[in-house]
Amino acid sequence: MKRLPQLPSRKKTPAFYALRRVKACMPHPLLSLSLTVLWLLLVNSFSAGALVLGALLGWLIPFATSRFWPEAISVRHPGVLLRFLGVFAWDIVRGSFQVAGLILLGPARLRPAFVEVPLALKTDLGISLLANTISLTPGTVSAQLSADRQLLLVHTLNTDDPAALVAEIKQRYETPLRQIFEEGDA
Amino acid sequence: MTDILLSLLILAGALFTFVGSLGLARLRDFYTRLHGPTKATTLGVGCLLVASAVYFSLEGGSLSLHEVLVTLFLFITAPVSAHLLAKAALHLKVKSLAPPPDRPAPGPARD
Repeated sequence: MKRLPQLPSRKKTPAFYALRRVKACMPHPLLSLSLTVLWLLLVNSFSAGALVLGALLGWLIPFATSRFWPEAISVRHPGVLLRFLGVFAWDIVRGSFQVAGLILLGPARLRPAFVEVPLALKTDLGISLLANTISLTPGTVSAQLSADRQLLLVHTLNTDDPAALVAEIKQRYETPLRQIFEEGDA
Repeated sequence: MTDILLSLLILAGALFTFVGSLGLARLRDFYTRLHGPTKATTLGVGCLLVASAVYFSLEGGSLSLHEVLVTLFLFITAPVSAHLLAKAALHLKVKSLAPPPDRPAPGPARD
């Protein structure tokens, strides 16, 4: 059996063993759930047969791909996650209008810049989600992660104040991501 | 009523996609060009997919959610390709309007 994820309670109560057995049967419950939903969307029907097959795939695929998931993923604050998704969607809309405006009004006036964002996130999942979020919100692309994983280099289409941009990225995206995926890990 | 709504969504989608591609022609260095097609298209394709989902849900009589998957895969792959392109450009030292990070500019980033 693979190394099991560290559980919060160290005391070996019966509940601890029960939880460990559940974890051994289903290493990544969230992944299983997402795969099942993904399957239902793929076949585009919600019959009982599709649900059973989807659930089976959702249960088996995490075992086959366990090497890609060295860390157990857990979402700690669903409320924060929902608010983060809201902020993210709003920023895509707002940023798309900004970028469209910049392209139409005058590429000559753009002031592009590279800015370095010092990272407080530590896990692979957190850093890749932050980099993806930055790239998806219009006007910024994450360009490179430093070898020591302390700095994320970001290219921005137009900025007057690089320090404010860094502060905004940290406050709008990094803080919620830390709360959702990393709080309590340190 | 829904026809008008759907037409507006498709028009908006086409407009954003067009502006994104226009960016490719108008912007002046590799890094800024990356922003046009990868970004304005996020919303452009988004609008088109919402229109498609609504139309086929009404037309076919059952909920059509394939489009959610297209969005999901797009959101997973688009940033990765943009990131890799930027990384390769940095490695090749492509001409850049912004001062490249290895040689920090002496003053504020304004020429």
